[in-house]
Amino acid sequence: MSGSIRGKAAIVGVGLSDFGEVPGWSHFELMAQAVERACADAGITSKDIDGLFSMITPANMPISMTAEYLGLQPKVLEGSMLGGSSFVNYLSWAALALDAGLCEIALITYGSNARSSKRRPGGDPVPYEAPYAPRLVDGYAMAAARHMHQYGTTREHLAEVAVAARAWAQRNPKAMMRDPLSLEDALKSRMIADPLTLLDCCLISDGAGAIILTRADRAKDFPTKPVYVLGAAAEHSHMQIAQMPDLTVTAAARSGPRAFAMAGMTPADMGLAMLYDAFTINTILFLEDLGFCQKGEGGPFVANGAIAPGGRLAVNTNGGGLSCLHPGMYGVFLIAEAATQLRGEAGERQIKGAKTALVHGNGGSLSTQVTAILGTAETL
Amino acid sequence: MADKPAPAPIAHPGPDYIYQAALAAGTFQIQRCDACASHIFYPRHLCPVCGSAKISWVAASGDGTVYSTTMIRQRPEAGGNKNICIVELAEGPRLMSRIEGVAAEEVTIGMAVSAEIAGSGDEPKFIVFRPRAGGQS
Repeated sequence: MSGSIRGKAAIVGVGLSDFGEVPGWSHFELMAQAVERACADAGITSKDIDGLFSMITPANMPISMTAEYLGLQPKVLEGSMLGGSSFVNYLSWAALALDAGLCEIALITYGSNARSSKRRPGGDPVPYEAPYAPRLVDGYAMAAARHMHQYGTTREHLAEVAVAARAWAQRNPKAMMRDPLSLEDALKSRMIADPLTLLDCCLISDGAGAIILTRADRAKDFPTKPVYVLGAAAEHSHMQIAQMPDLTVTAAARSGPRAFAMAGMTPADMGLAMLYDAFTINTILFLEDLGFCQKGEGGPFVANGAIAPGGRLAVNTNGGGLSCLHPGMYGVFLIAEAATQLRGEAGERQIKGAKTALVHGNGGSLSTQVTAILGTAETL
Repeated sequence: MADKPAPAPIAHPGPDYIYQAALAAGTFQIQRCDACASHIFYPRHLCPVCGSAKISWVAASGDGTVYSTTMIRQRPEAGGNKNICIVELAEGPRLMSRIEGVAAEEVTIGMAVSAEIAGSGDEPKFIVFRPRAGGQS
């Protein structure tokens, strides 16, 4: 037993639905539009899919609804709910199922009309926290407050993350928020939960994504440039935010090293990093926990445009959850952008010569952390 | 109007029931693992540190320190700014709570606080904190 899925599976199709504000479309309709586009990209029909990896809230049994909607009878049905990181987690299970021959064509998909339906992600019951009526943002705000207290991170550091995301979004014609954003303007944003302002919070969008994978030895039969899964690992630290052992250290500090070890790579080898930016503090925490800088140095690391276009590390090149899209859960879009970059199809925001990408998903209140390393054929 | 029949007493309630019943009777108690001596909150059947099922109840000191805090910004007509925080108990475990008796703007990380039981009428009771005499810990 190798304990590894390195190079076992490849992404051969990527599809995004129309996204941003898409009135008149249900969760499942948006999902199907993304699936249509991913299948066209991969040169298959939806009926070729025999492995389904999906979670579409607020349904309680979304995997069956998705299969029914698409008219599929998949041999593998997997719908574990890890929050927004679920879709990065599915990369592991899809690669394993493909490698074992349990299925031949795997689909990872998600869709939501969170913006148009005005349905807000409610989160899971938190029985020992409910009397205090916390909103999702409050847990992240407390993580940010503690990070500032321990490490001297500043409001300016948080704002740098929002400004960098916007600068990337300006190079993505499909991103929702493309107006220029200066550091000064970001610092004037309305406070929501100290120290997080409106611009420290991700968007609420409509949108769907779909990823098609197949076994590595079949990837050359597809019309697209394959993007291989080189490493992946999931970790968890808590569900209720008060149970998080250290508000300044996420379980990415464990998932990252495991994924890098499987890939045989280090942070210095990454061409870009897609880090789940539900809030600006996430990007800072994940840069530290994944080893791009030391613990406590995430703030200075992002300063002076260091993760913006032309900076030292390309982070969230689509504009991220902060400026591109965030339809309730965002994990599938991290994978889609990383694959688009590694195929060299990212247009004005293309990272020249990118051969590797780190994809990092976050779920709940910094609860689940899933890291995956993707690479081109040269990296196998 | 007919009276509802009184619920049958529960012979062997689980930890959460015991915790809530003690709060309703005016006592804040937490657990302590007999095997590894870790204090535990929230109430568990198995110690989350070592996995032991041998767990005892102990009276909480009620002393704590604000581990992190935020202010939920609200317009005055919506009730004004509100505190929400995580308190680290002197015994070690943390819990979500809020600090009462002081403006939300004045709650800081490191503030020394004391527990009290809140919740009115038939609602489940819960723990809130007030600044502790003696100031910063």
